[in-house]
Amino acid sequence: MKVYIRSSACISPQNTFRNEGFLTDVVEYTGTRLTAVEPDYKGFVDPKLLRRMSRIIKMGVATAQECLNNANNVMPGAIITGTAYGCLEDTVTFLTRIIEHDEEMLPPTSFIQSTHNTVAAQIALMLKCYGYNNTFVHKGISFESALQDAMMLLNEREADNVLIGATDEMTDTSFTVLTRLGLYRRWPVSNLDLYATRSKGSIGGEGAAFFLLTDKPSPDNLAELTAIRTIYKPTTLKDIEKRVVAFLAENGLAIGDIDLVITGKSGDLRHDEIYEELDLSLFKNSALANYKHLCGEYPTSSSFALWLASNILKNGIVPTITIERGDIKTPPKKVLVYNHYQKIYHSLMLISAI
Amino acid sequence: MSSIAYIAGVGVISAIGNNVPEHLAAFEREEAGMGEITMLDTIYHGKIPVAEVKLKNNELADMTGMPPDISRTTLLSLVAAQEALADAQIPGLDELRTGFVSANTVGGMDKSEDFFIDFIKDNSKGKLKNVYDHECGSITEIVAEKLGLKDYMTTISTACSSSANAIFYGARLIKNNVLDVVVAGGTDALTKFTLNGFNTLMILDPEFCKPFDEHRQGLNLGEGAGYVVLVSDKVAKTLNKAPYCELSGYNNSNDAYHQTASSPDGTGSYLAMKGALDRSGLQPSDIDYINLHGTGTPNNDSAEGTAITRVFDPEYPPVSSTKSFTGHTLGASGGIEAVFSVMAIKHGLIYPNLRFETRMAELSFEPEANFLKGQNISHVMSNSFGFGGNCTSLIFSKV
Repeated sequence: MKVYIRSSACISPQNTFRNEGFLTDVVEYTGTRLTAVEPDYKGFVDPKLLRRMSRIIKMGVATAQECLNNANNVMPGAIITGTAYGCLEDTVTFLTRIIEHDEEMLPPTSFIQSTHNTVAAQIALMLKCYGYNNTFVHKGISFESALQDAMMLLNEREADNVLIGATDEMTDTSFTVLTRLGLYRRWPVSNLDLYATRSKGSIGGEGAAFFLLTDKPSPDNLAELTAIRTIYKPTTLKDIEKRVVAFLAENGLAIGDIDLVITGKSGDLRHDEIYEELDLSLFKNSALANYKHLCGEYPTSSSFALWLASNILKNGIVPTITIERGDIKTPPKKVLVYNHYQKIYHSLMLISAI
Repeated sequence: MSSIAYIAGVGVISAIGNNVPEHLAAFEREEAGMGEITMLDTIYHGKIPVAEVKLKNNELADMTGMPPDISRTTLLSLVAAQEALADAQIPGLDELRTGFVSANTVGGMDKSEDFFIDFIKDNSKGKLKNVYDHECGSITEIVAEKLGLKDYMTTISTACSSSANAIFYGARLIKNNVLDVVVAGGTDALTKFTLNGFNTLMILDPEFCKPFDEHRQGLNLGEGAGYVVLVSDKVAKTLNKAPYCELSGYNNSNDAYHQTASSPDGTGSYLAMKGALDRSGLQPSDIDYINLHGTGTPNNDSAEGTAITRVFDPEYPPVSSTKSFTGHTLGASGGIEAVFSVMAIKHGLIYPNLRFETRMAELSFEPEANFLKGQNISHVMSNSFGFGGNCTSLIFSKV
């Protein structure tokens, strides 16, 4: 059975939502944090609900709705989301109030909306979708876990189409804490110079991306999601190479068959060394593209990469801003996304033109 | 591809015991685990009863060989998951494809609460170690590392149905030939965050909870962890002892009614139970016992009761809520109650629904109030429903 990406939608720090161009109108940031470009949510979300919703919920619900709009508003048989941090803004609000108000007179709204399944639940509520509903919260593979679940559901014939997406928000608190933990640069940088300035630390990001997966072929599909794989803590570079080669071989391919490799270079030299070494070995003849200078680094950023890859295959063009090197066969037919988060969680996604 | 996912091992820790035998003994003694708050620094001490695991973090650390300053959620998870894996005694585990699918709702929140006290006064303060494992996935990762289950791991969080979803996801990983062995379930420790959260919703009973009673007033929060070891049929054939049962049915449906409240007709609960029955190929009359979600809140028990009526009327199997012993352990409850369901089949038990006095006016059935031994139990349904309308039912069947 083949799995197809029927439609997609993405809110990111770039103009990716309901935008005519495909990463042609690039947003430059100077700093260490990229913030999602949010649309006017009216028309996506009931205004009464909108007032109470935190950013992550609004981003998630609107992206999910737009993804379905792009597929003629089909009712999904299942809704699956991935988020590493969940609804951070509401979590921090409630936690802060507990401490500041010494546990008294707390309003319940932020607690109610703090649970990790809030986005998936709100989508189900909005659609009146009674089907399978799940949320994965496993750090750098939250999105990949959700994808794997969706692909198994289709394989099991449990659903004809599955709405699947990832959401993560950066809040002032998480940005401060993660900066203290050393994830981001100490000095401001232009996101467009991210790879030119070698340093420890990346730039923080956030976003929401949703996809409607189906097992039904159609000329309207964006691409085929051929396979995914997650790898936990590979031991050596050789180990990674071996697993990439094996993953491709399982799908009847060799690296020479891949028209474009999108890697998760984050601008953090401690993490990029893996990509840089692969660029010289396994990927030495491959055309390469990057994406984290556009959306920033966050645990579910691979959802942005899948949005990018599927739209590259649909449009038959690779946005210039993403290209690192190489002659790209046009239109590209096979794209490999290789990302790792903090060197611990590695993932491979193989996407093919339909 | 394995057509069946067998249950080969179980492990549990909650307010009524630190392992499986202690739980069975507490059920027989009809001894609830609720009491005064002793571990949390909260203004609700002496006002709201909770069901605490009776071991302090340093004692849990000693049992597991972990440092005492990590999240209690991790420590609880490790105790129960270790017991489950040891119970399963799987030959040649190192040669098999193994995974860990765990659930929780607030990750390392107990430690984040400590961090925040200093952090909100001064953003450059607060011990980073205390916030490092805030993410739900961190809890799973630490336990998977310790257990050596590294071929696959993931974390599910769907509020109070989380670990029921983890168990059925584990079974699907086996059925889809991704893994041979999966330890699946969930964990949650009591935190000020959840205590205050549920308190703002005004659904905490100031007394010990009375699930499915006409005069129920709410739930008691509990803590703990529960895991089952799922194995493929290939692995089941190599076991030193017969598997306890199989996971024959499962369904995840959404109530799509309200973020926290259940629909009056129990739509999501009905669909979950019905779907699990369809999956298992069983009739309602085949079910020998239902381990209820049964939180003790007016809303849950009413919706769940209505849904049970829709599925089972007029022939009701014995039903009970073991939350009358353990309190509501949130993301752990589906895992803990899965262990109870498996043991009900293994030992022929029906657990009592403590403190039950008066049948709910709208229902024509009531929970079993006594501990029953020597029952012939082939099929047990376990319900787990959560915020966000997430409703999951599992069915365990004798093999």
